[in-house]
Amino acid sequence: MEKPILQIENLTTSFKIKEKYYPAVDHVSFSVFENEIVAVVGESGCGKSALALSIMRLHNHQRTKIEGEIKYKERDLVDFSERQMNQVRGKEIGIIFQEPLTALNPLMTVGDQIEENLTFHTKLSKEKRRLRTIELLTQVGIPYPTRTYDQFPHELSGGMRQRVMISIAIACNPSLVIADEPTTALDVTIQVQILELLKSIQKDTKMGIILITHDLSVVAEVADRIIVMYAGQVVEIGTVKQIFANPLHPYTRSLLKSIPSQVTNKKRLHVIDGMVPSIVNMNRERCRFSPRIPWISRNAHEESPDLHEVAPEHLVRCTCYKHFYFKGS
Amino acid sequence: MWKFILRRFLVMIPQLFLLSVIVFALAKQMPGDALTGVSMDPRISPERLYELREKAGLNDPWYEQYRRWISGIAQGDFGKSYTHKIPVSEVIAERIWNTVFLALITLILTYLLAIPMGIASGRFNDTWIDKVVTGYNYLGFATPIFIFALIMLFVFGFSLGWFPTGGSVDSKVDAGTFAYYLSKLHHVILPALSTALIATVGTVQYLRNEIIDNKYKDYARTARSKGIPETQIYTRHIFRNSLLPIAAFLGYEITGLVGGTVIIETIFSYPGVGQLFVSSIGLRDFSVVTAIVMMLGFATLLGTLLSDIILSVVDPRIRIE
Repeated sequence: MEKPILQIENLTTSFKIKEKYYPAVDHVSFSVFENEIVAVVGESGCGKSALALSIMRLHNHQRTKIEGEIKYKERDLVDFSERQMNQVRGKEIGIIFQEPLTALNPLMTVGDQIEENLTFHTKLSKEKRRLRTIELLTQVGIPYPTRTYDQFPHELSGGMRQRVMISIAIACNPSLVIADEPTTALDVTIQVQILELLKSIQKDTKMGIILITHDLSVVAEVADRIIVMYAGQVVEIGTVKQIFANPLHPYTRSLLKSIPSQVTNKKRLHVIDGMVPSIVNMNRERCRFSPRIPWISRNAHEESPDLHEVAPEHLVRCTCYKHFYFKGS
Repeated sequence: MWKFILRRFLVMIPQLFLLSVIVFALAKQMPGDALTGVSMDPRISPERLYELREKAGLNDPWYEQYRRWISGIAQGDFGKSYTHKIPVSEVIAERIWNTVFLALITLILTYLLAIPMGIASGRFNDTWIDKVVTGYNYLGFATPIFIFALIMLFVFGFSLGWFPTGGSVDSKVDAGTFAYYLSKLHHVILPALSTALIATVGTVQYLRNEIIDNKYKDYARTARSKGIPETQIYTRHIFRNSLLPIAAFLGYEITGLVGGTVIIETIFSYPGVGQLFVSSIGLRDFSVVTAIVMMLGFATLLGTLLSDIILSVVDPRIRIE
């Protein structure tokens, strides 16, 4: 089998809150291969973005502790110095952020912001950098690239800004791109365009993509594999086919049931009771989803639940999936 | 842009008119007039005094005096100084460049001090360097400028003798020579530095807070995600964004400085407009006082206009149509 681009092993990212560290990402392990889109899904606060920022080591390092392994092409990024990390960021791994207005510097032209990547990671001359930037703008589907080059972020629409973000991320042909909710701040019609753009770029470059989203309908369209996260842990991992055809974990099933659908034509949407627990007051010993499915008896859960392989490449945490049913059914 | 500036100048006319009414009314409310000193002289009879007042127009009703004064100003004539016996514009012209020079040097020193301190304490917040700068800021906020200026004058002027204690230039050097300008600079350093050391703390605090605010913003994170070294994140991204509000404040800062010279020039016996202002009030030389207040008012309005223009230049999101 081919080697993965990124191999994450027991990654734990803890934040310092009042002098104590609390893990927001808790022993997460997964791999990303070339030409693959891995989707990470879950509610707000489940640790998706913390995971994305951990891979790039972009957390405030005074208040964050990263443990475990982040192996990028056989090298562990956790041990890297800031200087080494700066050779990875933007060059080897690119990242696309959620909010394309605030994520761009308001005082710098679009062209300059894309070119910055090339300035720091290539030896191209000024003129060559400009040409490459215009080429990138064309590639991400900006209609008047030479004009946009000299424009400021506030002069562009949300979709155009996100295209600019993408061109920043892919400027140096990275092997891996992390897209942290790239479509959340955009209109539905634009969302599809942006996802298709990502897919088409992948076709040319064979890069791996980690797509972080809370929108399962987005995932079904583009992803190859899905990682479902809850309260900092991976609760289910599998191929798109496995997850959509045979979802097992109660959380995955609840999420899928919450997607609005025209086929079933229900009056009310499914709602998952309760809220994601805060990382400070969370019981870390038992199944973390159990407080949100109180009608399932405690015996159905496992003590300190682990991931179980139910099919090749399909893993589920805790034994509760065997006994789960929806309330009222 | 030019249309905008022209419009702002037109708006200034009613503002200055209103200011002139207030200034004139307040000046007239002050007890005594330019001839009060003369009236103490026993050799001058009340009849003669009445005659003098009549000649100076001081017996006319206030609106008549105001009309005469304002129509003079409209033609660029601020009247004649009673004590200096020459036109007010000449009295002011002799000193205004001293004040402008003082204000300019103060401004430069203020920012020379504020920018490195603000950046250091904002970037390394909650470290010892930040604590030193913040401690200095608290001291600066708490120290009244006239007391600090007196201490500076005493220590560096009288005790150590490093700087002159008064005047704007050494009387022995010839005007226009290199030594002349050097002497001017020598005279201006102590008052300028005294003001700057205190006036800078507001800007330092502002810049520090802006930098702390900006360094956690999304665009700074994007910049870090490109693999730019931290120092260059500051020079390329955070610094410029943090300077926006300070650049916008520059215009107001200038106004404040011009007003602040009143105190500092008096303490350092520096022959500028501020010192002239204080002495003219004592001598009831109203034509000089009112002219200076009108000038300060005009400078304030110019300052706000300057702020708007600077902001539109540095921030691409603000464009003046």
